[in-house]
Amino acid sequence: MEKVREDFPVLHQKIHGKPLVYLDNAATAQKPSAVMDAVRKFYEVDCANIHRGVHELSQRSTAAYEETRLKSKRFLNARSKSEIIFVRGATEGINLVASSWGRKNVKAGDEIIISALEHHSNIVPWQMLCEEKDAKLRVIPMNDRGELILEEYEKLLGPRTRMVAVGHISNALGTINPIRQMIEMAHRAGALTLIDGAQAAPHTKIDVQALDSDFYTFSGHKVFGPTGIGVLHGKKKLLEAMPPYQGGGDMIRTVTFEKTTYNELPYKFEAGTPNIAGGIGMGAALDYVTKLGLDQIAAYEHELLVYGTHALSEIPGLRIIGTAREKAAVLSFVIEGIHPHDIGTVLDRQGIAVRTGHHCAQPVMDWFHIPATTRASFAFYNTIAEIDALTAGLHKVKEVFGA
Amino acid sequence: MIDDLYQETILDHSKRPRNHHPMNDANRKAEGYNPLCGDKLKLYLKMDGDIVQDASFEGAGCAISTASASLMTESLKGKTREEALKLLDKFHELLTTDTPASRDLGKLVVFCGVREYPARVKCATLAWHTLKSALDNVTDPVTTE
Repeated sequence: MEKVREDFPVLHQKIHGKPLVYLDNAATAQKPSAVMDAVRKFYEVDCANIHRGVHELSQRSTAAYEETRLKSKRFLNARSKSEIIFVRGATEGINLVASSWGRKNVKAGDEIIISALEHHSNIVPWQMLCEEKDAKLRVIPMNDRGELILEEYEKLLGPRTRMVAVGHISNALGTINPIRQMIEMAHRAGALTLIDGAQAAPHTKIDVQALDSDFYTFSGHKVFGPTGIGVLHGKKKLLEAMPPYQGGGDMIRTVTFEKTTYNELPYKFEAGTPNIAGGIGMGAALDYVTKLGLDQIAAYEHELLVYGTHALSEIPGLRIIGTAREKAAVLSFVIEGIHPHDIGTVLDRQGIAVRTGHHCAQPVMDWFHIPATTRASFAFYNTIAEIDALTAGLHKVKEVFGA
Repeated sequence: MIDDLYQETILDHSKRPRNHHPMNDANRKAEGYNPLCGDKLKLYLKMDGDIVQDASFEGAGCAISTASASLMTESLKGKTREEALKLLDKFHELLTTDTPASRDLGKLVVFCGVREYPARVKCATLAWHTLKSALDNVTDPVTTE
């Protein structure tokens, strides 16, 4: 692991005089040098706008950008490159489907199913759609461990269900949802599925053909790439039948003032000059994690989770929120009598970066009757020694507050 | 050092907040909300004409916001509306500028350490934002945003 850490320059610094312990990976992951090098090379050597340029630089930038589409196709095991739509991130991926597919296909009285675990980005776009169409938003409940209750999900599915939109892995609790089974159940009821893979892409192998998901989306920055770039995968037939999301350059075939015809997939959904450097950087990031191997990453992170769960459970007064049997390396917790913001501040002074708050999942917090949690989320460059530093840090927190 | 932020008085008031109860005969009420952390606060004032006769609050938050509400309610009693607003300005100045703390702040100077923690300034000001809307008689919850 020491070798992997060498690839991440940001990790080698002191914060308030202490070595940085970065445990906020679920918010954004750090970037390896390979990603920074790719972005730098683009701006230093290949910078030009993409598509339709006849000059050398434009051809180079187009090739590099489109290469990421191919890498994304392989990363998700998609059937075709034309099913890979570049977006700003998972949030835009969901919004694209909600507004393009949703506006065309959802009618009054129809139902959209989401889950109690969702991030706000997989709640609000559907809520907006339901409000506009007078459709109904229904929510799969969870149990005390933070696992979705599939029997209840089964009951929610019906002839009016148009879409089931669920997260692959919960950002707030780390729960890994049984999405393969959930997709199958949705399909049996005749509904489509959208999987928010923002938290899954950096930690698990994704195969959209094996999953049979209709839409799958993830963000580049959570998978060690730049911010402002991500992928929406959709089945070709569905994407072809959907109206464009935004109008502008690149998404058209011909334009006259009387009538515009649209470009083919995937460009139909990519209006305007995209985040070219971000796309190229994301390509380098996907190469990086693929080379490390997602199975190896998942196995190592599971070790961190097991060790961390044990270490934190030994701290008196600490309660882990989210104890799903299938769980990614996320430790969300509360400490009796100490507010998460105070925990976060004291940890920060010891160089430890965690997130405190509702993690953009207020309904999850409400369900557990807590205003917020402290969340440590891990990546493959984290170490057992860093978990020990977290544990020591939490003892210091208790000392400061005399708890 | 972390002790500069969590001074003894702040820790004391966060663990044993003063005036931490609803007030049945309050004639001014306001709610405050910090969307960053989800903290909610309800402030009660009993005004006798222009003078704050009594002040109390409800709600649970972090150590900084709880201690701030506790010390605020203590310092308000007996002040006129104008004096309370002046105190609010001075408190805000203490948290956001480098000028030496005003002597009028009394015990409230313990919050000077918050200045070094920009992410926590809103925790300290939540109660004061709420005070402003109580004095202005605004009934919609105010937020720190």
